Amino acid sequence: MMKQEKNQRTGKGSVLLSLLFTYMKIGLFTFGGGYAMIALIEEEIVTKKGWITKEELTDIVTIAESTPGPIAINCSTYVGYKIGGFFGSALATVGVVIPSFVIIYLISLFFSDLLRFWPVKAAFRGIQCAVGLIILRTGIKMLKSFKKTPLSVSCFIFSLLSVLAIKLLLLDISTLYLILLGVLIGIVIYLFGKRGEKEGNHD
Amino acid sequence: MLFLTFFKIGLFTFGGGASMIPLLQQEVISHGWLEEEELLRYIAISESTPGPIAVNMATFIGSSQAGLLGSFCATAGVVLPSFLVILLIASLFKRFSEYRPIRFVLASIRPIVVGMILSSGTLLALSAVGISNITHLQPDVISVGITLFLTLVMLAYRKLFGKPIGVITLILIAAGFGIIAGFI
Repeated sequence: MMKQEKNQRTGKGSVLLSLLFTYMKIGLFTFGGGYAMIALIEEEIVTKKGWITKEELTDIVTIAESTPGPIAINCSTYVGYKIGGFFGSALATVGVVIPSFVIIYLISLFFSDLLRFWPVKAAFRGIQCAVGLIILRTGIKMLKSFKKTPLSVSCFIFSLLSVLAIKLLLLDISTLYLILLGVLIGIVIYLFGKRGEKEGNHD
Repeated sequence: MLFLTFFKIGLFTFGGGASMIPLLQQEVISHGWLEEEELLRYIAISESTPGPIAVNMATFIGSSQAGLLGSFCATAGVVLPSFLVILLIASLFKRFSEYRPIRFVLASIRPIVVGMILSSGTLLALSAVGISNITHLQPDVISVGITLFLTLVMLAYRKLFGKPIGVITLILIAAGFGIIAGFI
């Protein structure tokens, strides 16, 4: 009995440790903000480790997007909590912060003129080109995370086009409204669905 | 002071690190921590180094003001609000997500969030080749070339190995391409 308990505990300990290292890796290779991190989380945590599902990841992105704070941090804390409770979230957050912290601290000490150094600038130009492609690929994978109904597909297209329009035409509209729209639609569907209760519950 | 300022910035930033820049600019300039020009250079470096932009900025500005302790305080400040808010939500969410109306709401938001991810990917890909908005359309031939090359690499890898190329591998290849293109 004692032994089994101990085994379980070391099992948990090793998951937490691997959570910390996975997040350090994610932090080290996230270039260009929160959405790029989603691509890495998808690859490392959904596909390789299977710790969460695609649907859960989309929900996490929703929550990260609609709460204060950088998406990257929100995502790490949330995934960490899901996997290992309080300690999980603390380790994931610390893990994702450490590489940035160390790298930037060193840069601030030694070369704050980093971007004048041409190979760095050139490498960064290459990486920038990759980041957009990586996020696009993740977005395409995430298409599988929702059921295709006429309504969901039109919501998807509407959101895609309106974000593009907002950003390209420099409109001053917060994308949070899109999430609010989703909330509204969800509530309406639920209220209508209540009538046809019998067929509603196949998830 | 650093801690409190960055705590405030962390608390009032919605979305990605880029959306914290206006608030950051206002705070940093009003405290007289940096000159406008220095701040712009810091932002450029934070965007090009790995890791969340918000953390990079906090570490950088903290270090410029008060060394290691400063960067530690600023980083802790910017991270803590998110951490606490999300911890609270995550602990409640476990119960809430079994509640049917919430499941309906989440299912309706999913397509919208996927749309947002795809559009931000498109926007980043466009801005990498020099198109960021209607007032800024300067396509950069070399970046277009690199993007096309990378797309080819992605497709070829998938064809050859039957699985998508890893994010980290692709970033390393892209950095290499960038440096090679720098010689041209």
